[in-house]
Amino acid sequence: MSETKYKEDLKEIREIMERSSRFISLSGWSGIAAGITALLGLYLAYQAVYEGQDYLGYRKAYLTKAMILEVIFISVATVGMALGLGILFTTRKSKKQNQKIWSPQVKRLLIEFFIPMITGGVVCLIFLFKGFIGVLAPLTLIFYGLALLNASKYTISEVRSLGIAEICLGLCSLYFIGYGLIFWALGFGVLHIVYGALMQVKYKG
Amino acid sequence: MKEHLNNINKAFENRARLGIMSALMVNDQIDFNGLKALLGLTDGNLASHLKSLEKAGYIAVTKEFIDRKPKTKYMATPSGKSAFEKHIKAIENLLK
Repeated sequence: MSETKYKEDLKEIREIMERSSRFISLSGWSGIAAGITALLGLYLAYQAVYEGQDYLGYRKAYLTKAMILEVIFISVATVGMALGLGILFTTRKSKKQNQKIWSPQVKRLLIEFFIPMITGGVVCLIFLFKGFIGVLAPLTLIFYGLALLNASKYTISEVRSLGIAEICLGLCSLYFIGYGLIFWALGFGVLHIVYGALMQVKYKG
Repeated sequence: MKEHLNNINKAFENRARLGIMSALMVNDQIDFNGLKALLGLTDGNLASHLKSLEKAGYIAVTKEFIDRKPKTKYMATPSGKSAFEKHIKAIENLLK
C-alpha cells in the first residue's frame, strides 16, 4: 500500500463529503447579474418615489396607493429578473460541474433560505401597510442576510460572509434611517456584484 | 507504523465503499439513486458494495413504498461512523 493511494483516498473522502452535502454550482455570474438588476430596479423605484421633488432640499418619501403599487410592481419585476438570471447561470454551471440542479441538497438549501426570507417578507408587508416605510430597507437587508447565513451550510462557504455583510449593512441602515435607498443599492447592488466577481475569480465560473 | 496499519479498515479499502461511507457521514440518509448519481457506479456494483457494508453492520437500510415503487434509503450506523472515523485517523497518522 503506497502513501499516494491513501493521500488520494483522503482527497476523495473530502470531495465526496463536500459534493454530497453542499450545492457548489452557485455561479458568480448570478451575483453580478443580481447586483446589476438590483441597481436598475432601484433607479426605477427612485424615479417613482421621488418624482418631481427638489433635488437639493430634503426629500421625503411620500407613498400614495398608486405609488405603492408601482413600487411593488418594480420590486417584483426586479426580484423575478434577478432570480431568473441567477437560475440561468447556475444551471449552466451545474451542467458543467455535473451536479444536478434539483437534488436533496438544493431542496434543503431553499428551505433554509426561505424560512427567514418569508418571515422577513411578512414583517415588511405589515410595516408597509402600517405606513412605516423607513424601516423597510434595513429590515429587508437584515432578513436577507439572515437567510443567506442560514442557507450557507448547504452551499459554498462564502455565502456566509455575504450574509454577515448584509446583516451589518442592514443594522447600519436601521441607525441611519432615511438613507434606505442608498443602503439598498449598497447591499443588493454593490455587495452582490463584488461577491459575484470574487466568486468568478476564485472558482472560475 | 504497525499500529496505524492495524487501524486501517479493510472494509473501507475499496474506493466505492469509501465513497458510500463518506457520503453517509455527512447526510442523514441517501437513497439508492442518489448514491448512484453521486458515485457514478453501476446498479450491480453499487448494490454489492452496499450489501457488504450492511453485512459488516456499518450501514442500515430502510425500504418503503412510494406509489408502489420501492425506495431504499441508506444511513450510517453508529458503529459504522466510529469505524470510519478510526479509519480516517489511521490514514492521517500513516501520512504524518
